[in-house]
Amino acid sequence: MKKGFTEDPRYRIATKEALLTIFLFILNFLWWFFFAYGLGSRPPEEYTYILGFPAWFFWSVIVGFILFSVLVYLMVRFLFTDLPLEARPEKESRQR
Amino acid sequence: MEWQIIVVAAIYMGLIFLIGIISARKTFKTQGSFIEEYFLGNRSMNGFILAMTLTTTYISAGSFIAGPGAAYSMGLGWVLLAMSQLPVGYLVLGVLGKRFAILSRKIKAITIIDFLRERYENNLVLILSACGIIFFFLAAITVQFIGGARIFQSITGLSYETALFIFAGGVIIYVTLGGFRTVVLTDAVQGIVMLIGTFLLLISTFTYGGGVKNVMMKLASINPGLITPFGPEKSLQIPWVTSFWILVGFGVIGLPQVAVRGMAYKDSQSMHNAIIIGTVFTGFLMLGMHLIGAIGQVFLPGIKVADLVIPELSKKTLQPWLAGLFLTAPLAAILSTISSQLLVLSSTICKDIYINYFNPEPNEQFVKHLSLIITGLAGLVVFFLSLNPPEFLVWLNLFALAGMETVFLWPTLLGLYWPRANACGALVSIITGSGSYLFCHYFWSKPFGTHTIILPLTIGLVSFIITSLVTTPPDEEIIKKFWE
Repeated sequence: MKKGFTEDPRYRIATKEALLTIFLFILNFLWWFFFAYGLGSRPPEEYTYILGFPAWFFWSVIVGFILFSVLVYLMVRFLFTDLPLEARPEKESRQR
Repeated sequence: MEWQIIVVAAIYMGLIFLIGIISARKTFKTQGSFIEEYFLGNRSMNGFILAMTLTTTYISAGSFIAGPGAAYSMGLGWVLLAMSQLPVGYLVLGVLGKRFAILSRKIKAITIIDFLRERYENNLVLILSACGIIFFFLAAITVQFIGGARIFQSITGLSYETALFIFAGGVIIYVTLGGFRTVVLTDAVQGIVMLIGTFLLLISTFTYGGGVKNVMMKLASINPGLITPFGPEKSLQIPWVTSFWILVGFGVIGLPQVAVRGMAYKDSQSMHNAIIIGTVFTGFLMLGMHLIGAIGQVFLPGIKVADLVIPELSKKTLQPWLAGLFLTAPLAAILSTISSQLLVLSSTICKDIYINYFNPEPNEQFVKHLSLIITGLAGLVVFFLSLNPPEFLVWLNLFALAGMETVFLWPTLLGLYWPRANACGALVSIITGSGSYLFCHYFWSKPFGTHTIILPLTIGLVSFIITSLVTTPPDEEIIKKFWE
């Protein structure tokens, strides 16, 4: 930053993680939207069924739930970083 | 009502109160700042507790009573709509993120208003947001109290007043005595109850109906619209349903009772675990409960009050002991929501208003008494309001969720991530956001087919950015305090 101080280096990581979360949220939305309305907009007589559920419901809701749970897991495990959360970690740890 | 159900419900309530009272003792033994302990549990939550408290605070009676009721009438389309809540599990913690946790430690914030006060240093922002919390929470808690007492009444057959007295009395006592630590612990227990309940009922209804395929075919024969995303009368239109990704998805980041949990976890590992657990938990509950509601149409056609679908179904398909356990799940959902809201309400009055304005340097002993007294009093006020709810509160509750979002979402998010955000921007955003929400509610309830929340939040965001850019940037000191 151009200001008279250096930004807390942890913020860059935190911001990256927040953006990743938003990105996942958007993906989640798109998956939900396109399967539901893509497959679900035809008349119900033409529906196909998977495991008993209408295909649109199966893909959008059920697979969507499982898939995004897995993606959330992968994101957190591999893309999120362990950080100390204390106010001033590097200077003095006895503060808290 | 069968006696087994009453026994299970009584044991359950007793157990929750017992856990509450026992864990309350710990609150008073902890060293360090009492107020931080009482309202934030000394920022010591682990991943599981964090996930549970975050999601159960958010999941209220709506998800167990009203939501499945709507799914009963609307079919699978409403289940689809409800799944817009899946992201709540990861979005709040992910977006507020570690930055929020770090910052709240830097500025020693224990409430959302603490954060807003330090960030904007503006009395009007503070007063508006405090009033928002007080009024909306009074309304929301009162309505939840009434709902809880009604369920308790229908289980036990007691009179409404007695049911309310036992139900409300119990929550008020354990929240008052135990503070945050007790609230999150009981939340975790109640979360497990909701999970088991949902699982059992889901299995039993599908078994009862002879398998998925069979149930779906019957549903389609009642009305083919029930198995489409659009509902029986084609009333679930795409823009409106999609709006729920904002109302009960993204917007939830702005709810103070949810956001404050982003300050209270122990370390980044807790946050990571909570994101995973919370997502699976929310997704399963939302999918399960609403799907049960939707297929309820097959077993119990023609229920007059759709809200009764879950209690009726559990009585019909589960054996009485299990039905009793299940009927406590909505009670659990209500208790866990009320307890957190009550504590936020009390922290606002105690910390943000009293200590901040009237007594900035109180002594520890005094704070201890003050916190307890205010929490207890707030509970009592709500109790009396629920006995005979004023019209005004019921009206206000209609706006509680959206109102809170229009007040808190942008000041919190932009304050956190955008150094240029200033007090004028926040003020204008709060005023135009909530003002335009009221306007839309009465005069233009579905702008361009979307839910009422979309336009006001957009206006709030745009006006925030423009106003901030044309007025002076925030003080260098504030930026330094927040970003260095």
